[in-house]
Amino acid sequence: MTQTVLWLAQRITAAILAVCVVVHLATIIYAVQGGLSAAQILGRTRGNTAWLAFYSLFVLAAAIHAPIGLRTVLGEWLRWRGASREIFLLLFALLLLWAGMRAVLGVFS
Amino acid sequence: MRVLVKRSSAVQEFEVPRHPSQTVLDVVTYIQRKLDPTLAYRYACRVGMCGSCAMTVNGAPRWTCRTHVDRVLKNDELAIAPLRNLPVIRDLVTDMREFFDKWARAQGRFRGGRSKHEDFEKVIPDSPQRKAADAGIECIGCAVCYSACNVVAANPQYLGPAALNRAWTLLKDARSVDAIEKLRAVAGDAGCHACHTHMDCTERCPKHLSPTAAIAGLKRATAKAALKGEL
Repeated sequence: MTQTVLWLAQRITAAILAVCVVVHLATIIYAVQGGLSAAQILGRTRGNTAWLAFYSLFVLAAAIHAPIGLRTVLGEWLRWRGASREIFLLLFALLLLWAGMRAVLGVFS
Repeated sequence: MRVLVKRSSAVQEFEVPRHPSQTVLDVVTYIQRKLDPTLAYRYACRVGMCGSCAMTVNGAPRWTCRTHVDRVLKNDELAIAPLRNLPVIRDLVTDMREFFDKWARAQGRFRGGRSKHEDFEKVIPDSPQRKAADAGIECIGCAVCYSACNVVAANPQYLGPAALNRAWTLLKDARSVDAIEKLRAVAGDAGCHACHTHMDCTERCPKHLSPTAAIAGLKRATAKAALKGEL
């Protein structure tokens, strides 16, 4: 059951990430092509709740997706299985979530 | 042609004459009957039905009785070894127990729900369910897919393409019962969710089946059952 839910979570977050990465890359290209300065970018992102919601979703999807993939890599390449692996991956997920949200909030507020 | 046979002790070299329509199994049989009677290998039907004679031929797992030398010979050389991912008993003979034990673990046994007092289950040949089952039922249990699978190599607990394909055909069989029990048996790190969809099994299957499609079906079925809280 747990592994089926993990698989499902990875597939759903993959679909979310596919959209997020495209939007993210398009935004970067737009910002660079348009020659926006850091101050202009911050002017658009600060207080923008739509922007906050989009990038929070991006971070959340990445924090769920990456550890599930890493779980398989650790199992197959290092033969690391069992509770210690799951605890490590939970901490890794929290690290991604913390680092990602720190960046998002840093540009939002 | 030069034939290099990986034996239990070392790789042994033989010179074998070429013949028209010669199969790899003919080559191995020639070696055992004419050159070295101590060579151990396994075969039974010689016509691609029994699944006994699979070996690694020039690096790829194949059914040797229906593999023509013409198709696989490289630089007039043939390298023959036992199947990968299975323990070797001797020379080219592998121990298939783990392979078939995994069929049992994947609930590969047919179990119907009707007694002899009831009428037969109606099997509609053109129904999508029956077509899905038909697509996978010609498996001969040769373990070529199991030997080709990189996930089996990396994760020895993995049930493998053949066992999962079997579970899928039973799941799609209108007469078969215990669907949820079957899904529980094939879900998880040792089951369908371990498959990386490399498709080595599908590429190598001598019967041109697609265990990958069967495994994808199991992933969908287990996901649906999990969402309904049945798993």
